[in-house]
Amino acid sequence: MTAKRIVVVSAGLSTPSSTRQLADRLAADAVDILRERGVEVEVQTFELRDLAHDITNHLLMGFAPPKLEEALDAVSTADGLIAVTPIFTTSYAGLFKSFIDVIDPQALTDLPVLIGATGGTPRHSLAIDYAIRPLFTYLHAIPVTTGVFAATGDWGGAGDGVRSLPDRVFRGAREFADLVERTDRADRVNDPFALDRPLGHLIGGLAGE
Amino acid sequence: MQFGIFTVSDITQDPTTGRTPTEAERIQATLTIAKHAEEVGLDVFALGEHHNPPFWSSSPTTTLAYIAGQTSTLQLSTATTLITTNDPVKLAEDYVMLQHVSGGRADLMLGRGNTGPVYPWFGKDIRQGLPLAVENYELLHRLWREDVVDWSGEFRTPLQGFTSTPRPLDGVPPFVWHGSIRTPEIADQAAFYGDGFFANHIFWPASHTQRMIALYRQRFEHHGHGTAAQAIVGLGGQVFMRKNSQDAVRDFRPYFDNAPVYGHGPSLEEFSQQTPLTVGSPQEVIDRTLGFRDYVGDYQRQLWLLDHAGLPLKTVLEQLDLLGEEVVPVLRAEFAKDRPADVPDAPTHASLVRAKYGDQAPRQATPNANRGDNLTVGSPYQDAPTAGSASGDSSVQPGAAFGPAATRKAVVR
Repeated sequence: MTAKRIVVVSAGLSTPSSTRQLADRLAADAVDILRERGVEVEVQTFELRDLAHDITNHLLMGFAPPKLEEALDAVSTADGLIAVTPIFTTSYAGLFKSFIDVIDPQALTDLPVLIGATGGTPRHSLAIDYAIRPLFTYLHAIPVTTGVFAATGDWGGAGDGVRSLPDRVFRGAREFADLVERTDRADRVNDPFALDRPLGHLIGGLAGE
Repeated sequence: MQFGIFTVSDITQDPTTGRTPTEAERIQATLTIAKHAEEVGLDVFALGEHHNPPFWSSSPTTTLAYIAGQTSTLQLSTATTLITTNDPVKLAEDYVMLQHVSGGRADLMLGRGNTGPVYPWFGKDIRQGLPLAVENYELLHRLWREDVVDWSGEFRTPLQGFTSTPRPLDGVPPFVWHGSIRTPEIADQAAFYGDGFFANHIFWPASHTQRMIALYRQRFEHHGHGTAAQAIVGLGGQVFMRKNSQDAVRDFRPYFDNAPVYGHGPSLEEFSQQTPLTVGSPQEVIDRTLGFRDYVGDYQRQLWLLDHAGLPLKTVLEQLDLLGEEVVPVLRAEFAKDRPADVPDAPTHASLVRAKYGDQAPRQATPNANRGDNLTVGSPYQDAPTAGSASGDSSVQPGAAFGPAATRKAVVR
């Protein structure tokens, strides 16, 4: 069996970034769970900060420079995506949305997604469900029901003491691992250059196709 | 192999002077550029079509007909003609008129356009772009090959007993190229009809162009028009030259940085690396252009974009001089080397007439007296007793979209 490929995308802007930290934790738990079940896993992580200029150029020009192309290829051929963004002004970071905007609209179909988000206070945690989740359902990806929000306090003792951040990370990672384990989407990846509809078909079977 | 230039007809401020030319100035400048292209020994001038400012070329056949009258060898083409929003009947008429007045020096390149609102302005829906391109071209193709056409489709009013006049010069329709950046169906459309395929090339990484051309070549062979290597391929290119490289980069940078399309995006260096843009000496342009063959194979037509982004007329004419004196003669010689004998040149009127008629005299369409009705038996033309016989196109393949099957209503999915 070929290894399952998980791609991690982090839209944190600072270095080091708590967004990246959350992304790494989600990935680590997902990998542990899958390996315990005997599933081989490869993880590839992209910090959108490193791709910010390329993403802007893609928005302006319509094609991806090589480094961004590599990230887009990785995401569209993945078995699972862990997508983590800071919440700015009630919603996902602009850089995160710009990255989503340059992905081919068909490229995420059936892709298991684990959503993570970070913010200053837990009062922004619903942004996962009113802003980020609809983005992925629109693209026909499959976001797992648990989204993991980490407020600043979650990194110390001021976080949720009953359902702690590690508990929430584990729960999300387990739901995600269940989907990644079963998915076969990597076998049916959409090739934008493939000829899906030969011309004979388009003009009504005149060429017998 | 043909070499030439294409223009999108943008009217752009010169960033080094802050001055924007008037429409009248830019139109006159373009006419001068086209005439100079012939003077320096280039083969092709191709003109875009737009229906909004800051572009001026809304009526390409008018402009090209004037240029035809001012030149004697220049092949006149388009880049591109909107097959989606123009009426295919009017396209059939306009471009055959251009073919006649230019003495067979006209061809055209079809595209779907890149300006969304053009669709609603002309009563169309952009989501139907591909079906429009397919249906409209199928009709255009028939109007040039059948004297009397009965037709109905999804997107235009039906035709009963319609004759597109005048008939193509010598009974041979203008050659058609299909241009598309990233739609595989258009590459297949070009292959299906045995037409040419032109890759814009200039705003995209070479890997995209390579894949589109490979698909077109493979489908050309599949549809039975020849081997993949014999498919008719054109490429765009974009150059700016000075005698030495540093001067070229210095002089072009302000135009690049402020250009429509890519201005304020990637740097000149990034863009030069990622696309075929070449800013440098004539030798660098020669080397880069010869490299195109490595990933598309031997091809038939190379067009460069020279006159956009506010570059003044004087500079554009200097670019043409360099192309004509230093670049194209070398490219002609180099591209001819190791070119297999069975790879055809770009079709011209003369070659198409020869292919269709051999040593026979070509058709000279002569109408009958007007009966006011060509729905009845027979042909409106004296030289074609039955409507079908004039359409005997030697390129017709068994099972292709001609003959009785083609009168079926097109089903667009």
